[in-house]
Amino acid sequence: MTSRMLWTSTKLVLLSCIFLGIVYMLAMTGFAEVVFPSQANGSLVHYHGHVVGSRLIGEQFTLPGFFQGRPSATSPAYNAADSSASNLGPTNKLLVEHVKARIQAFLKENPGIKTDQIPPSLVESSDSGLDPDITLADAYVQVPRVARADHLSQATVRKVITENIHGRFLGIFGHTYVNVLEMNLALLRAQATNGVSAGAGTHSISAPASATGHIDPRVDLGARKR
Amino acid sequence: MTWQGVLQIFVLMGIAAILARVVGGYMFLVLAREGDVRSARSAGGTGQAMRTPLLDTWIGAIKSVLDRVIEPIEHGIYRVCGIDPDQEMRWTTYAFALLAVNLIGFAVLFILLGLQQWLPLNPAHMPKIPFWVSLNTAISFTTNTNWQAYAGEATLSYLSQAWLVVQQFLSPVTGICLFLAVARGFSRHSTKTLGNFWRDFVRTLLWVAVPGAIIGTIVLIALGSPQNLHAYTHVTTIQGVHQTIAQGPVASMTSIMQLGNNGGGFFNMNAGQPFAGPNMASLLFQLILGFAVPSGCIYLFGRMVADIRQAWAIFAAMAVLFVAGALLIYAFEAAGNPIINALHLAGHSNWVGKESRFGIGSSSLFENSTTTISWGSTAAANDSLTPLAGLVLLFNMKTGEVIFGSWGAGMIGMLAYAVLAVFLAGLMVGRTPEYLGKKIESFEVKMSVLAMVVPSFVILILAAISVVIGPGLAGIYNPGPHGLSEVLYAFSSGVGNNGSAFGGLNAASPWYAATVGIAMLLGRYAMYIPLIALGGSLAAKQRIPASAGTFPTHTPLFVGLLIGTVVIVGALVFFPALALGPIAEQVAMHAGRLF
Repeated sequence: MTSRMLWTSTKLVLLSCIFLGIVYMLAMTGFAEVVFPSQANGSLVHYHGHVVGSRLIGEQFTLPGFFQGRPSATSPAYNAADSSASNLGPTNKLLVEHVKARIQAFLKENPGIKTDQIPPSLVESSDSGLDPDITLADAYVQVPRVARADHLSQATVRKVITENIHGRFLGIFGHTYVNVLEMNLALLRAQATNGVSAGAGTHSISAPASATGHIDPRVDLGARKR
Repeated sequence: MTWQGVLQIFVLMGIAAILARVVGGYMFLVLAREGDVRSARSAGGTGQAMRTPLLDTWIGAIKSVLDRVIEPIEHGIYRVCGIDPDQEMRWTTYAFALLAVNLIGFAVLFILLGLQQWLPLNPAHMPKIPFWVSLNTAISFTTNTNWQAYAGEATLSYLSQAWLVVQQFLSPVTGICLFLAVARGFSRHSTKTLGNFWRDFVRTLLWVAVPGAIIGTIVLIALGSPQNLHAYTHVTTIQGVHQTIAQGPVASMTSIMQLGNNGGGFFNMNAGQPFAGPNMASLLFQLILGFAVPSGCIYLFGRMVADIRQAWAIFAAMAVLFVAGALLIYAFEAAGNPIINALHLAGHSNWVGKESRFGIGSSSLFENSTTTISWGSTAAANDSLTPLAGLVLLFNMKTGEVIFGSWGAGMIGMLAYAVLAVFLAGLMVGRTPEYLGKKIESFEVKMSVLAMVVPSFVILILAAISVVIGPGLAGIYNPGPHGLSEVLYAFSSGVGNNGSAFGGLNAASPWYAATVGIAMLLGRYAMYIPLIALGGSLAAKQRIPASAGTFPTHTPLFVGLLIGTVVIVGALVFFPALALGPIAEQVAMHAGRLF
């Protein structure tokens, strides 16, 4: 290795740092902000003038009147600043304990549902801990609870699901799913049009929700849906 | 298992074949010079047989448009860096130039990562990176491994991510240089030189890596990935929960991480994090980016040796191994974990560590790709796969990542197996083996075997030490045989320059940061420098014309022999270790045993 080789390499690497490191990142960012501003800024969802999350990032929903997402292994759950999987192996005691505990919790929150109606995806944690979606089976098994808590008919809640279905890409790639945040915003709209008083299952039950104050389900200033 | 889940595996292989033809044809125009192509006559006059002139005209037209923009930049770089692109190099000079650019790249990256807390573009105020982590990371990104002993969104500033991106451009380009050196061993004859390293490096960077990354970024943003420099977003959800959403220049990094088979993502959970893998369209596009150049290298090789049939034979061997692996993983994951299935839920697939939008089928396909095209990018949690699905991933890596593999490296690894396959065939019939008109003698076989021995030594020795000493045992997360799988996976990933992990292992601990660092260095340099020597030795040889006694290397028989060599030579040495890890766990799992 000659000193000439090292000198050539140094110049190449420093040029790369400037152009491939910094200029590339800034140029792509500038382009994105002009051409695809919504995606570039994280596909944020606005509700009643406020940003209420990203369509792509799962949120922690625990109220009975909302569809709930998959178990999250981040700390705390749905920590969007530190994605993480459980990394539990198939013969790890903890895995089985966690799944059993989630089944019990689900049965308690969803009276009338039996264990053999619960899809595994709803009691097994996702990869990122931020899965924004659930499968159709995950959604349908929650219908009775959501309908009861929101004073909506089961048919209305089912309609919320069917209107938000995302199919397989090109018919074969991936999995059919529904986005939890999109469905929950649709639930708020359905409650508003049905004249249900603000918040049976989605608000009045919950102390933290009423604490936010500024969200009124009857006024929807544009939940973005793509 | 669904029919869609099975069909998509074959569709992806079809896409890979198209990519091989298109990208390979383009790379041939960009990289090969006159002396780099074997004369068609000596190849048996078959070189032109499968060319489609119209497609080549289009590829040529695209290249000539790019030429107008890029050629001035190319000449500028030669001038500034003092490069004479026409100076031919012997294999030793070529190898030293390659080592020089990697050494400087490593040093600069290591220094810049160490300065993180004082540099700008750090809106989340990330503190100093621990010494072992920045050392491990600098090795990792220079060797095209992208093993990540840190969580990106919780450790690195945007500027530090940008420094990693620099090596995500340079390290795969280095891989193409390795490949060209070996390929010229077959395409040239009676010469001591293998081309000019700097020219190969600069042209691959400017014509392949940069345009590909720019197109990739634009498509990824359109499909949903963020690209901004803001501080993390704070929101209050409709349930009233506060959430901090990490973002940043995600798309520009995801693009080159997939295109360059790097795999080091912006976020801890890589392509499974929904900003990096927002939907299946984006994930499929990332697969296309990942397969583009490794597939292209196969066809490029066929053009350089002026016999496309040789390229498709190698493609076929890789595709068979790929499809077999993907189907096995899918089958094991769809069958699920019998211990969980005993709870009688509504279904029995293993959803632990998988994302809803990808499902079982595409997650299995993606994880098989993770360990074949050597990018180490993940969209599911490998640590939570069923034991035998994990074994398939281990197999893909332990055989040297030759099933497509990363830029250049996968193809030359497979060529080393091909050399060994013709050697074995020669032993069976008692003839001096030859491959593509070159006599395979003692030196060539030694170099090929050396490249294959490196992974077995490194993986088995480092794993054996790790499971008997305190710091090694302390880093294991899952108890029982799965813990051994975690350790085996870490060193297989390091030596294979893969970068994916059984994520439970504490990769940031000094023990694993240092030992996986060593594995990555040996996996890159101890494995591939012998293959440059192989190229040098082959280039110096006379070309011998094919005769009736020549073992043809474009037939199904050879494809079968090549697959057999990969499976037997590559994997058998690991069988005892695999029996104690994933196979033991599979048996335990079916017996209902928990740890």
